[in-house]
Amino acid sequence: MSMYEQKIHRWGRISGILAMVMFIAYPLLMSLYFNAWPYLGALGKGLIGVVPIFYTVGIIEALTYGPMLGAGGSYLGFVTGNITNLKAPCAINAMKVAKAEPGTPEGEVVSTLAIGVSSIVTTIILFIGMVLLSSLAPILESPVLKPAFDNILPALFGGLAVVFISRNWKIAIGPMLFMLALFIVQPGLADAVSMLVPVGAVIAILISRLLYKKGKL
Amino acid sequence: MFNVNHPVLYGLAALVILYVLGQSIFFTMKAYQRAREMGMKKALLRSIVRGSAVFTVAPAVAILIGVIALSQYLGLPLPWLRLSVLGAITYELPAASAAASALGISMTDTLLDARAYSTIAWVMTLGILSGIVVITFFFRRIEKGLMTIKSKDEKWGALLMDSLFIGMVSAFLGMIFSRIRLGLAGWIPVFVMIFSSILMLVFGYLVKKRKIAWLENYAMPFSMLGAMAFSIPLTFWIGG
Repeated sequence: MSMYEQKIHRWGRISGILAMVMFIAYPLLMSLYFNAWPYLGALGKGLIGVVPIFYTVGIIEALTYGPMLGAGGSYLGFVTGNITNLKAPCAINAMKVAKAEPGTPEGEVVSTLAIGVSSIVTTIILFIGMVLLSSLAPILESPVLKPAFDNILPALFGGLAVVFISRNWKIAIGPMLFMLALFIVQPGLADAVSMLVPVGAVIAILISRLLYKKGKL
Repeated sequence: MFNVNHPVLYGLAALVILYVLGQSIFFTMKAYQRAREMGMKKALLRSIVRGSAVFTVAPAVAILIGVIALSQYLGLPLPWLRLSVLGAITYELPAASAAASALGISMTDTLLDARAYSTIAWVMTLGILSGIVVITFFFRRIEKGLMTIKSKDEKWGALLMDSLFIGMVSAFLGMIFSRIRLGLAGWIPVFVMIFSSILMLVFGYLVKKRKIAWLENYAMPFSMLGAMAFSIPLTFWIGG
């Protein structure tokens, strides 16, 4: 392991722990300042409604996105959020441009660089958006632009699909057909799409293992 | 006197966002330095920085719309904080609604009760920590496991990584088809996705066959923006 790789783990852990402290500081200091502590019953009920699903999703996301994004990208991406809809596709795009494979030292630095830049730009855009909120809100929420933002995920994943199908269509076709059938039969699963990412990954891994063993990849 | 846009709340949100911004700058600089040490060209790194920035604009504006939507109920500071860092609207909205329904209040009017606000802020914070906890404390182990697989068989290691990506893409592609039984309007996301794929193929052709190298960096963001733009006339035509 290189010096950089050793250091990135140390920086990642320290900054991750500090980030958790900072995140908890908001409700904690707010409660202290306004002397407004949560209603315990509602807190419990609210957490019971959220934790089983989102803790599972969080753990699954860590296990699937972690290896894709590499150490630096993961430590930063999981603090800055919006992984599925922004950070992971952005890192994939950067690795493709740099012709660096995920999971290699080159892929790792490129992914970290992309996620870092993306986080900085997001913060700046949100800040500008906040400052100009009164003039921007009517434009952004106008019915003309609504379809564009409603369709951001299809617009994003259409391009990504081309990249992955063209790389490895033999692996891709199985999980894609499976997911297509699943979502057409059970449209309600759209809300639980994060839970289905590892299902797709397991199917893809099984298919590629099978084809690999047979020497077809 | 508490209100959801109290200056103290802005101050607290700004503090956390500044910390995360600092962390992002730190990691970006370290990755840049490391890439230079590894012999990557400045021009390539600059193009990655530019490409990633362009790529981020549309999704970030979508995130901003999420902030605006939540702010009518929670004020600006909390949604600003939660969507600048850590969260995503797909998490924050259900978390806020779960807390609101536990409190027996509706999410249509601005919150006035400080304790209700505090309850929601705590639920939103505590409910999302699992991902960051796993990465912070267990990422090294995950990575070691992967390294072992790779050291045994490099080609299989690469296929395994591809399979993870394909798993993610296939789940989202499936989701795009989830509304097709609702009639033509339900097909809109599918058409948008296909349009984005076609743009990506066209850009790929221009890059490879026509040697327009600079376009490679922007192929994905342009496909996304083009497909988003396409969805506007399409939706008005079909009547979503």
